[in-house]
Amino acid sequence: MLKLIVCIKQVPMVSELPWDSRTNTLKREIADGMINPGCKHALEAALQLKRQYGADITVITMGPPMAEEILREAAALGADRGILLTDKAMAGADTLITSYTLARAIEKECPGFDLVLCGSCTSDSETAQVGPQLMEELGIPGAAYVENIQLKNRTLIMKRESDDFLETLEMDLPGLVTITTRQYAPGYASLAGLQDAFDKADIRKLSAGDLNLDIKKIGIKASPTKILKVYSPSAEKENIMLKGSAKKIVDTLFEKFGDKISGAIGK
Amino acid sequence: MTNKIKKSIWVFGDYRNYFQNRVTLQLLARARELAPKIQAEVCAVVFGCSLDEYVGEYIAHGAQKVYVTDHPVLKDYNVETYSVLMEKLVKTHNPEILLTGATYFGREFAPRVAKRLHTGLTADCIGLEINKDGLLVQTAPSFGGNLLAEIVTPETRPQMATVRPGTFQEIPHDYNARGRVINIPLPDNLPKPGVRLISSQKLPQREQRLEDAKIVICGGRGMGSKTKFKKLFELAKIMEAEVGATRPAVYSRWAEHEALIGQAGKHISPKILFSFGISGAIQHTAAINDADLIIAVNKNPNAAMMKMADVAIAADANQICSSLIRELKKRIRE
Ligand SMILES: Cc1cc2nc3c(=O)[nH]c(=O)nc-3n(C[C@H](O)[C@H](O)[C@H](O)COP(=O)(O)OP(=O)(O)OC[C@H]3O[C@@H](n4cnc5c(N)ncnc54)[C@H](O)[C@@H]3O)c2cc1C
Ligand SMILES: Cc1cc2nc3c(=O)[nH]c(=O)nc-3n(C[C@H](O)[C@H](O)[C@H](O)COP(=O)(O)OP(=O)(O)OC[C@H]3O[C@@H](n4cnc5c(N)ncnc54)[C@H](O)[C@@H]3O)c2cc1C
Repeated sequence: MLKLIVCIKQVPMVSELPWDSRTNTLKREIADGMINPGCKHALEAALQLKRQYGADITVITMGPPMAEEILREAAALGADRGILLTDKAMAGADTLITSYTLARAIEKECPGFDLVLCGSCTSDSETAQVGPQLMEELGIPGAAYVENIQLKNRTLIMKRESDDFLETLEMDLPGLVTITTRQYAPGYASLAGLQDAFDKADIRKLSAGDLNLDIKKIGIKASPTKILKVYSPSAEKENIMLKGSAKKIVDTLFEKFGDKISGAIGK
Repeated sequence: MTNKIKKSIWVFGDYRNYFQNRVTLQLLARARELAPKIQAEVCAVVFGCSLDEYVGEYIAHGAQKVYVTDHPVLKDYNVETYSVLMEKLVKTHNPEILLTGATYFGREFAPRVAKRLHTGLTADCIGLEINKDGLLVQTAPSFGGNLLAEIVTPETRPQMATVRPGTFQEIPHDYNARGRVINIPLPDNLPKPGVRLISSQKLPQREQRLEDAKIVICGGRGMGSKTKFKKLFELAKIMEAEVGATRPAVYSRWAEHEALIGQAGKHISPKILFSFGISGAIQHTAAINDADLIIAVNKNPNAAMMKMADVAIAADANQICSSLIRELKKRIRE
């Protein structure tokens, strides 16, 4: 049976920007996490393979203990088991180290896998780097920004739009794909499914020690990138309000911005 | 002796879709501005087949040196092969900084190169500076452009970033520019790529892509009907602009799906964005943060869209649209 792995990440709800404008800091404690939309599409692609050919799906996430919720949600959607990599020592990893940690867990916990599916990009730090780096780290072929996959024996046929080219690619398994949000619209978990997933889903929690990881190679300290600061760019905008008759408004608009508008017309 | 070794800033030559895709030239220009601050030279690196034209362009747009591997085997872009070549080259010459355009290809290629070199990579930057310690400060958007992060790579080299097309201005073509061309032969032990390209079909070039448009006119549910929405196309025609739409407008078939602006659609960075009858949901505004000037029309002065606009017009969208058309036609006649 096909052995599939889906990497998923918990992200804050998009509608609630976790930004504290008083203190100018990221509200890390925002509890209302959800499965990153991109990852949900990757899970749906895996579920479709499962429906077509039968498959065993492991979802894996690295994150704080509360990230367990998204594994349960994935189980309710049809994943067979979840693995939560959680450890203070893993926290603050950049993409180089995130992909390192995920790869070691995959090798140890899921030997003999056929296909790893990732989202193309997350909605929080949105680097889109973890998938490609995971290909290198696992030493398997792969393609990013894939829109559609079809399996023919042990060969995966992938379609994608890349820089104005429509490409068809293929690779022999095992491999990795990152899935865009263009196709594979995710399904909804039924209430009963959710209840079951919360009661009996197979979730394993693993620490750095469980994976025999060298503490010096993981987490924020091992990460080559350092974040100096995070700030909100829109805060500084001063804004002009125009009211009154349409004629008057348009006249004022041209008075103030006519040059800018004419300058932008026709390049 | 050792101080003869000069630092360098490298720019990956991404030429697929050149002429439209000019990000390599934009990066060369920025690299030239940054280079004096760390006494570096600016180099382009290009892989492919029959590259003379691009090598010439890179020199004319600021590259002082171009490393070239030109071979029929490299005819098609291949991320695995290109990553191997780049890794080798970096390990030989140790550049301080390696910049790549944040095209689809660049965003798959750069992470793989960074992994092979075990160095940091900042994604999709919209700003690059050198700080007082001589480090590259990379500004990258996150949370759909609602937050910006400043990121450095203090220890490992090269400092790597992908940069969004359109972030920097290219240097005008200099016909007198001279640069050194260094040909690097194809290594013989090149591994066979695991992914095979079966077909690649160039999509028809859209007339003026929304992403490149200097003026975008975006309409939302507040336009009211398909007929009224059509006015936006008329306005766009006069201003040589492109029309964008929110999800409700696309769902109502007032505009094509191609025109969708937002989390599920396109990200735009025009000089001027007109926003008509749009409430300003984050899934939409996440994709318009880079607009220089936002002019929003909404009958509700408290709509979120009005708060993020530079010019907030509290009025009926259709009336303002018609007035604009009238005024512009008058100006053209004059
Ligand atoms: C504001 C901010 C900016 C940042 N910028 C950078 C940067 O420029 N460079 C950098 O190296 N790091 C950066 N980071 C760190 C980065 O957030 C982490 O490395 C993160 O764990 C993964 O990056 P991503 O969310 O961008 O993933 P992406 O690469 O966008 O994610 C793609 C896919 O990879 C998989 N995936 C990603 N993370 C996990 C996970 N934890 N568990 C399971 N699967 C996962 C999922 O399938 C996901 O869909 C930044 C962090 C913050 C807070
Ligand atoms: C996962 C997800 C992804 C999404 N992705 C996208 C996306 O990519 N792009 C996107 O656009 N949306 C997206 N959405 C939907 C988004 O949340 C909003 O629903 C949508 O942007 C609202 O569009 P709107 O502003 O046109 O409509 P509304 O929110 O209905 O706003 C209409 C506005 O028009 C004003 N108005 C009404 N009549 C007039 C008039 N006569 N003159 C002037 N103003 C008037 C009203 O005051 C109101 O502010 C997404 C949602 C989800 C959940």
